[in-house]
Amino acid sequence: MREMLHRIARVIVKELLELRRDRWARFRLIVPPIVQVLVFGYAATFEVFGVSTTVLDLDHSQESRALISAFEDSSRFKIVRVAETQREAERTIDRSQAAIALVIHPGFAELLRKGQAAPLQILVDGTNSNSALIALGYADAIVSTFSQTYQSDYLYRTQPASAAGRVDITLDDRPWYNVGLNSRWFFVPGVIATLTLVMVVNLTAFAIVREREVGTLEQIMVTPIRPFELVAGKTIPFFLVGLTLVTIITLVGTLWFQVPFRGNPLVLLLGTVVYLLSTLAVGLAISTVCKTQQQAFATNFFFVNPMFTLSGFSFPIASMPVAMQWLTYLDPVRYFLVIIRATFLKGVGLAILWPQLLALLAIGGALMSLAVMRFRKSLD
Amino acid sequence: MGGGRRTSLGSAGVKLRRISAIAIKEVLQVWRDPRSLMMALLVPVMQMLLLGYGVNLDIANIPTCTYDEEGSPQSVDLLKHFQASRYFNLVANLNSERQIADAMDRGRCKIAIVIPADFSRDIAMTRYASVQAIVDATDDNTATLATAYARAVVQGYSDEVQAELALQLGQRTMPAPIAEQSRVWFNEDLESRNFIIPGVVALVLALVGAQLTSLTISREWERGTMELLLSTPVTPMELMIGKLLPYFAIGLLDAAICLAFALYLFAVPFRGAFSTLLFTTSLFLVVVLGIGYLLSVLIPSQIGASQMAMFATIMPISLLSGYAFPIDQMPAPIQALTYLVHARYYVTILKAIFLKGSSAAELWAPITALIVYAAAVAGLAARAFRRQLT
Repeated sequence: MREMLHRIARVIVKELLELRRDRWARFRLIVPPIVQVLVFGYAATFEVFGVSTTVLDLDHSQESRALISAFEDSSRFKIVRVAETQREAERTIDRSQAAIALVIHPGFAELLRKGQAAPLQILVDGTNSNSALIALGYADAIVSTFSQTYQSDYLYRTQPASAAGRVDITLDDRPWYNVGLNSRWFFVPGVIATLTLVMVVNLTAFAIVREREVGTLEQIMVTPIRPFELVAGKTIPFFLVGLTLVTIITLVGTLWFQVPFRGNPLVLLLGTVVYLLSTLAVGLAISTVCKTQQQAFATNFFFVNPMFTLSGFSFPIASMPVAMQWLTYLDPVRYFLVIIRATFLKGVGLAILWPQLLALLAIGGALMSLAVMRFRKSLD
Repeated sequence: MGGGRRTSLGSAGVKLRRISAIAIKEVLQVWRDPRSLMMALLVPVMQMLLLGYGVNLDIANIPTCTYDEEGSPQSVDLLKHFQASRYFNLVANLNSERQIADAMDRGRCKIAIVIPADFSRDIAMTRYASVQAIVDATDDNTATLATAYARAVVQGYSDEVQAELALQLGQRTMPAPIAEQSRVWFNEDLESRNFIIPGVVALVLALVGAQLTSLTISREWERGTMELLLSTPVTPMELMIGKLLPYFAIGLLDAAICLAFALYLFAVPFRGAFSTLLFTTSLFLVVVLGIGYLLSVLIPSQIGASQMAMFATIMPISLLSGYAFPIDQMPAPIQALTYLVHARYYVTILKAIFLKGSSAAELWAPITALIVYAAAVAGLAARAFRRQLT
């Protein structure tokens, strides 16, 4: 037993030495994680603020100006151009100078004063449908608030007796867990799962394939080391690398980006440990089917990319076709993301997250035994 | 033309014969490595299928819980409106706030509609009532859209109640004061697929291109064949062109595959000219291959080159190219950074060609940027190569 531990430790030390000697390896270990978290924190957002807006007011009335200033006052819209003609307004959309154009036709105020529906034309560049949809929602909210105020004023002036007016049922929305609807809170914790996946799978696969390619794997096999010990020695360093990555990203996320951490860090740690099992197994499995580093790279890409896309990291699983949704159940990243986001934002613990942990354990265990079996065979 | 310094285009000039010799050698090498070749052709297919189906921001069937504190005909009626909407999928009727908290914690539902106990009385007495929507905002984008859809359902219901009431009272139904008429251009049905798929084409080309080439030079260094190549009269420029030509052909083939998927499987509208698409795609391929080449010259180990290629392509392209995340929403320093990302220009061009039907003349700005980019990358690669030699 002691000898076994000793042999494993030797492999770990050798692996760590190799990491230390490789200037590039160190660079690749430290810089990408930090850059990625920063860029994700700043660039990945689906929020919509300051939509570039053109206004065309052909009515020049008090009412039309009031409606436009309602848009001006909202942080969601930013008026970048005041057009004089319909053609000019349409052109700003065509040339992508504005994403939305508000057109108020002559007679707007007159219709309003008569209590008739006054048309407001909204032109939208739908190229980015998601932003367009959200912007339209905000425009809708502004217009309906304006309408309501106008109408109650109007009724009050014309028929003070029935000032109760129109039936008005409103929606009072309460965003839980992320009150400010901050995209950053969604993406930054998620980086923990994806970055660890990419780095750990990569490192593990390459470390073994390199030895195979250079021929040193055979040299190791003539020493008294057993296959299991070799696997342990080869994977434990990258397990440690994975833990370090998770710590770095968690620190940057909570300290720099102020993402709340409401759950128990130990639950996240437990999730990480179980999750790393899967990533190490994938790396190990890739190393068994590849003879050269180039092949390892290609195969890597083949596995990691679908795992990334199917995980629900940035695009909701619920929006995928049903067959694809089934596939996501095989993806360990999917479960780990649930655990990460729940511990960060929801603050829930094992009582709720045990199914995800079990799933991770099952997938990780299955992958690891497959990988170790293949690995032993590939040594013969 | 500078003094005595020998340039790559010096006395020997760029010889077509030498370029083709290198190209043939590279083709043979690719051909003998069927796995890489298969990768180059399978990856676009896989990526187009995965991203084409998987990258979707349109929401439907949001798992919805309801908590009807009143249980009146009116509250039941409102919930029926939610049931009828294709955006909501009622999964459970709950009976307390605590059950809602539990369902949200477990992720069983993403939105909970709570109708207060005095809902119908409020409408009858004051004509005003409020319905609560508790939204799981972990995923803020889904939450924003879900809230907007829920608001539309409630608004629609409100209008119906108003119309009924007016009918009962024999009043003229008063229209909403302002009638919004929205006209959506370029992506009329507001399908996220239509704007994401053209971006996916850029993503796939950049990934495959950078990956394929990033290994070509470092392989030569690692196997020691570089010295062999250098002892021949081939110049750095010839070496680069010769090495990249076969990959350029593969890249064009990949582009054709992606385009076929976009047009026939995902039915993205294509409103521009094929010639513009071909021209800009070739330009983008030159940039992508050049970057892969540059990296392989700079980083002598295969693993290093490939990892850097992955790092230098995947993240910037998926985040900073504007293919899914709108650039105008990023903070100014990050926006400035996006100008360094080659895919930014190509994504702009692709979306414009596909959805707006823009011509090459209208796209002069991003096209010029790509040309400058290509020239810079080629220049840098040639220089770096010469420095590696000494």
